[in-house]
Amino acid sequence: MNTHDHDHGDCRQLLKDLSDYIDGDLDETLCVEIERHMNDCDNCRVVVDTLRKTVSLYHDLPATPMPAEVEERLFRCLDLEAFVGAER
Amino acid sequence: MAGLTIDLNLYADEATLIDALLSGDKHACACMVRQHGSQMYAVALRIMGDPDEAEDVVQDAFISACGKVASFEGRSKLSTWLYRITTNAALMRLRKRRDDTVSLDEPQIGEEGELLPRQLGDWEIDPGRQALSSELRQVMEEAVESLPPALRAAFVLRDIQGLSTQEAAEALDISETALKVRLHRARLALRERLAGYLTGHPQEMAP
Repeated sequence: MNTHDHDHGDCRQLLKDLSDYIDGDLDETLCVEIERHMNDCDNCRVVVDTLRKTVSLYHDLPATPMPAEVEERLFRCLDLEAFVGAER
Repeated sequence: MAGLTIDLNLYADEATLIDALLSGDKHACACMVRQHGSQMYAVALRIMGDPDEAEDVVQDAFISACGKVASFEGRSKLSTWLYRITTNAALMRLRKRRDDTVSLDEPQIGEEGELLPRQLGDWEIDPGRQALSSELRQVMEEAVESLPPALRAAFVLRDIQGLSTQEAAEALDISETALKVRLHRARLALRERLAGYLTGHPQEMAP
């Protein structure tokens, strides 16, 4: 299995900034440094790519809507019985 | 048979809705539930990982919100305030569920070395271009449930519910810097978990 111990100082430095990098919150100078490093470090390129994919996958995860019966019980416990069954 | 109707357009803006809530207007309360209930249920479900407990959390949260609407100062959006109450209710229930004394307030990942990436293979998946298979969804949901609660809450609010960094930090009553640290740790941990499933595992289109 391909492993990487990130002993290299640049890799460790890169790691702590990765979320800011993929969120577009990182200073441009640091972005250039990261991109230059990724050109030389295949492991870090993979980590950035798969971290970005991780965020994208969860972004695409469909939400489970609140079931109608759960909303009905919620209305009842809030003393809002009169609104039970009101059109969605 | 349906009772009264809920007119979501009755209140021109949040301030008007809050005024109505303060005056004890039940229709305003029903509006708040209808407008925000599903989002709060989604957060509760992701944090608790159990539909029955999520329902209890949402009931706790809205009872609390309706009871202390006077404390809403309008400095944040109503939804952010509700996210805060709901997240607190969920974390409170997790505390009761656990019989150990481990704090849920701080991430339990301590050693820097635990955060270092170990899985370094490419993933044969193209998010956004293909639907998620039910098997992958299950892997993703279990991965979130495996996170320490403090990291889970940060990730759910920011990356699943799509709150801004500022809103998620407000909802958790932590600084934006602390939110970013928790979010980053959560993402790295999830990446490792998903890598175990996705590395060298081509994804078929979901049926």
